[in-house]
Amino acid sequence: MVEAKRKLIDGNGKRLDGRAWNELRPISLQVGLMKNADGSAYIEWGKNKIMAAVYGPKEVHPKHQVLPDRALLRCRYHMAPFSVDERKNPAPSRREIEISKVIREALVPAVIVEDYPRTAIEVWVEVLQSDGGSRVAGITAASLALADAGINMRDLVVGCSCGLIGDQVVSDLDDTEDKEGDGDMPVAIMPNLGLVSLLQVDGIYTREQFQQAFELAIEKGKQVYGMQREALTAKFFSGDGAVSSVEEGTE
Amino acid sequence: MSMKKNYVVETIRKAQMVQLLAEGKRMDERALDQLRPLTIETGVIQKANGSARVTLGNTQVIAGVKIATGIPFPDTPDKGILMVNAEILPMSSPYAEPGPPSEEAIELARVVDRGIRESEMVDLGKLGLVPGKTVIAVFVDCNIMNVDGNLFDATSYAVVSALRTAKMKKYVVKDDKAEATEEMVPVPVERTPVSVTLARIGDRLVVDPNTEEEASMDMRITITTDDDGNICASQKGEASTISPAQVLEAADTSIRVGKQIRAQIMESTK
Repeated sequence: MVEAKRKLIDGNGKRLDGRAWNELRPISLQVGLMKNADGSAYIEWGKNKIMAAVYGPKEVHPKHQVLPDRALLRCRYHMAPFSVDERKNPAPSRREIEISKVIREALVPAVIVEDYPRTAIEVWVEVLQSDGGSRVAGITAASLALADAGINMRDLVVGCSCGLIGDQVVSDLDDTEDKEGDGDMPVAIMPNLGLVSLLQVDGIYTREQFQQAFELAIEKGKQVYGMQREALTAKFFSGDGAVSSVEEGTE
Repeated sequence: MSMKKNYVVETIRKAQMVQLLAEGKRMDERALDQLRPLTIETGVIQKANGSARVTLGNTQVIAGVKIATGIPFPDTPDKGILMVNAEILPMSSPYAEPGPPSEEAIELARVVDRGIRESEMVDLGKLGLVPGKTVIAVFVDCNIMNVDGNLFDATSYAVVSALRTAKMKKYVVKDDKAEATEEMVPVPVERTPVSVTLARIGDRLVVDPNTEEEASMDMRITITTDDDGNICASQKGEASTISPAQVLEAADTSIRVGKQIRAQIMESTK
């Protein structure tokens, strides 16, 4: 693999798609596209295209899963068979089951689940096209969908992935960089509370690189939070009250 | 496996635990960064290429390595295959059930696999035989025999110990065909990754949570480090948050505590 490795960063410090080490891919967010769902949000982040929809609070089935003091948050992260180069089997893979779990655990702290005892809140995240960093993009859309559904929340949740290319810490790895790079670190934060709700790491980081990548992910997450907020306020406060869209280029 | 089963009792226990932790004490009188007694036995299954039984307090895991030839993944035609799997046996606790793997079992296997894989413990480049056609496949399967908290670390130590002591047939390639010889050689192990799991109870981090502590924890973080103190895998778990400062504290603790555990693993697998 090493010998066949493409140069992911050129002599001028530019990445394959022309970004600098600390730049984000283009991101656009739209809130409230799905008619049946109680809340929804659509995100395009690089080539990622992800729809998140929320139903609830609703009755819990099966009933033995009821939580007496809070809502049960269900979450499914699913990739469409056509979302990747080789067709993906539509049955949930072990990877998707793990990601569904970490997304749920990233969202629950932001939802005031105590306000909805004995109910279920369902979060469906569908990856229509995948391009590296889909779990953090999914979390970013899912927390907007929860807010759109009018669920009481402490904060939004926003994610960004950082990683390593060689010894260089970089932000927001795309598909190629994720596969051919040297490490990936998805992080999700609750920006106003300054707390981390998702952290996964792979690759080999020195203690310094670990801290640099982690802190960069938080900084970039805050930047995406700005767009998230804009998309949400645009839906509820723009004159026409219609679907909103916010686009941001690479910084 | 999370064991939040008895809501009232656990809420009372947690209050007690938080109070004790404020004084820097744990229910079982361990220091906050102290592991329960760790034992490692290797070669416990003769039919496996390598094996280990690890006990961490009352948590018990048996890992077995089986080695065969296989077809490489298309994107790594000249590299061997490594797969780590874990099953939480129905006998392991009154709350475990037979059936397809639970979300928790899947996360366990994937987090352990990630630590081994990302640290480049096994040099997969040395396991290629006929490029694109035949490579050596190393399967490590873990049986969780008894659950008393911190399955992540116990399972990881079992996998590392089994791999470090595993022997496989030497293969020779003739006319693009791989043939097994009678000579036994060690698996090409280059690194010794060590996983350290911390639980946050109240606002304190404790190393190696037992079942009782896991029932009271808000957040769990597993960090795997290598021989040079690099961080090669991590996973935050449970439906709660962690502050950035505490992430860095956990990283430093994992590097420090990991060093002692690595010494014990190396000693037990010489």
